[in-house]
Amino acid sequence: MSNVITLNGISRVFTMGDQQFEALKGISFGVDAGEFVAIMGASGSGKSTCMNILGCLDRPTSGEYHLDGLDVGGLDPNQLAAIRNRKLGFVFQGFNLLARTPAVENVELPLVYSGIHAKERRKRALAALEQVGLAGKEGNHTSQLSGGQQQRVAIARALINNPALILADEPTGNLDSSTSEEIMKLFTSLNQQGITIIMVTHETDVAAFAGRRITFRDGRIISDSLTGPTSPAGRPV
Amino acid sequence: MDLLQTLKIALRALRTNKMRSFLTMLGIIIGIAAVIAMMAVGAGASHVIAQQIASIGSNIILVVPGSTTSGGLRMGSGGAQTLTSDDVRAIMNECPSVALASGTTRTTSQVVYGNMNWSTLIMGATPELFEIREWPVVSGRSISQQDVDGAAKVCLLGQTVVDNLFGADDPIGKMVRIKKVPFTVVGVLEQKGQSPQGTDQDDAVFVPLRTAQIKLSRSSFPNTVGAVIVQAKSEALLDKSEEEITSLLNQRHRITNGKEPDFSTRNLSEILAVAEQSSKAMSLLLGAVASISLIVGGIGIMNIMLVSVTERTREIGIRMAIGARRNDILLQFMTEAVLLTMIGGIIGILLGAGGAMIVSRILDWPTLISVQSVTVAFFFSAAVGIFFGFYPARKAAGLNPIDALRYE
Ligand SMILES: Nc1ncnc2c1ncn2[C@@H]1O[C@H](COP(=O)(O)OP(=O)(O)OP(=O)(O)O)[C@@H](O)[C@H]1O
Ligand SMILES: [Mg+2]
Repeated sequence: MSNVITLNGISRVFTMGDQQFEALKGISFGVDAGEFVAIMGASGSGKSTCMNILGCLDRPTSGEYHLDGLDVGGLDPNQLAAIRNRKLGFVFQGFNLLARTPAVENVELPLVYSGIHAKERRKRALAALEQVGLAGKEGNHTSQLSGGQQQRVAIARALINNPALILADEPTGNLDSSTSEEIMKLFTSLNQQGITIIMVTHETDVAAFAGRRITFRDGRIISDSLTGPTSPAGRPV
Repeated sequence: MDLLQTLKIALRALRTNKMRSFLTMLGIIIGIAAVIAMMAVGAGASHVIAQQIASIGSNIILVVPGSTTSGGLRMGSGGAQTLTSDDVRAIMNECPSVALASGTTRTTSQVVYGNMNWSTLIMGATPELFEIREWPVVSGRSISQQDVDGAAKVCLLGQTVVDNLFGADDPIGKMVRIKKVPFTVVGVLEQKGQSPQGTDQDDAVFVPLRTAQIKLSRSSFPNTVGAVIVQAKSEALLDKSEEEITSLLNQRHRITNGKEPDFSTRNLSEILAVAEQSSKAMSLLLGAVASISLIVGGIGIMNIMLVSVTERTREIGIRMAIGARRNDILLQFMTEAVLLTMIGGIIGILLGAGGAMIVSRILDWPTLISVQSVTVAFFFSAAVGIFFGFYPARKAAGLNPIDALRYE
């Protein structure tokens, strides 16, 4: 198994005026291909900050980040955009779909930026919607879908470019428990198809779907343990 | 990201805020409509002037009795010589830069045909006049040199006179009376339209010069002409001709230094050129006013685009998170701005053209909508979009993905 992600001594310092706040204090861990990792920890412990760095939306103040063998630190904004587009899929707590836009076009959107032509885009978007159990809902606008359905659309969008990694920051945070369970079952089945997933959550029963649990406190990792039999062995660096 | 998709996204964004998009466009619509209408009216005016210049004939100098300084005419008073047929002949023969010259007389009189009568301008002329003014007959024949020499009682009618005296009848060979003298109509002149001064050039009857001098004038000097119309050999020789005529007539009329000349020359094309220039200056001025409204419209676009960028910060964040590059975002907002101004431009062009047509209908003022002005207006509206859309679009493209995603 090769490492999809290697973090080495990652720190992130926020500067507000003359105040400095170190949200991440030297984080190091690796994630293998095919893993399903849950990140837990108290509010403000640095989980989202870490996810933003993993997602190439933010840069660490210091430390090294290798994604799929690539040193992300040396890339320019356009290259980072290309990585977000091709190697990563995002699922957010607030879904982050485009309003007044049909589901299928939301799913297509990453392909628009990878220069895939319209026919192919539509074909792949419909397939992705079917994969998340939303066949027949492609024409519905965001506002015509339930929260759980919206999150499925977001997952379909994350899947569409066959990413190496799906990053989900509190994907069930806005959903009730039964819908949460459906979404988690979907994640589990995607993981069983070989997709690597890193997910932030506050809920233990949600985290229970993952094979490995990393816990943050005050910008540090305080525990990293295997929890499920389905997951391959995690290897803390 | 392909252009079609970019256009689709931009159109959707404009559609979501239909009223706002329309109001934003309004400045551009008004500006472009004004530009098009102004240019159409201006071009129409220049066109008319150009036509009038052509209707007078090219390279014309007018020699009239009296002096420019006093303004009045000194017809035969105080023993001073006025212009005569001999002067005309001398100008023709002795001025090398002159191609043709025709002496003319003018008087106004009733023309009677049967029980119809019509008051019109009676001009005495020689065959050269019709050559200079490039004015052929449409039926019958023109006035010949023999008509002039023999003071024949023949006449040519302008179209307006024909319409008023003869209606649909053929006037050739018919007899009309001018000041009780019977004249045979030998020809009808081609329609000329309005002169630069706005008079109807077709409302005239032409008779041989000699006939006019002898039969229609009560002057004690029957050799007198009212004006000489001269054509220079070329445009380059206009000034030279004027000089030659002046010195010849000074000599013939014994005008020495210090004495006021009893004639004056006028270069017609010059007068018309000035008229044309002032009409051009006018349309330029109106165009400038219209461009100001375009700039104001452009600022409106910039304002709304800035609001739109702020409103859609989250959308920008989403697009960036899933792989949009800065240039994709820049292009998206630029496309939106340019689409706004171009749609506004097209509506403006249609409105402006329609307005110009209505003006020309109602005020009977000729307008000319040139392909050039439409093209310029179209690209100008696009340019306004590019210019005023750039700053908001750059602001959108410069957003940080996380900040944009977090924006509430
Ligand atoms: N842009 C920023 N500027 C300044 N401080 C920030 C910024 N982003 C995050 N922080 C700070 O960093 C710390 C970690 O924030 P982060 O969002 O990573 O927490 P979290 O673990 O995701 O919490 P939660 O569970 O509530 O989402 C917080 O104390 C937060 O105030
Ligand atoms: Mg968080």
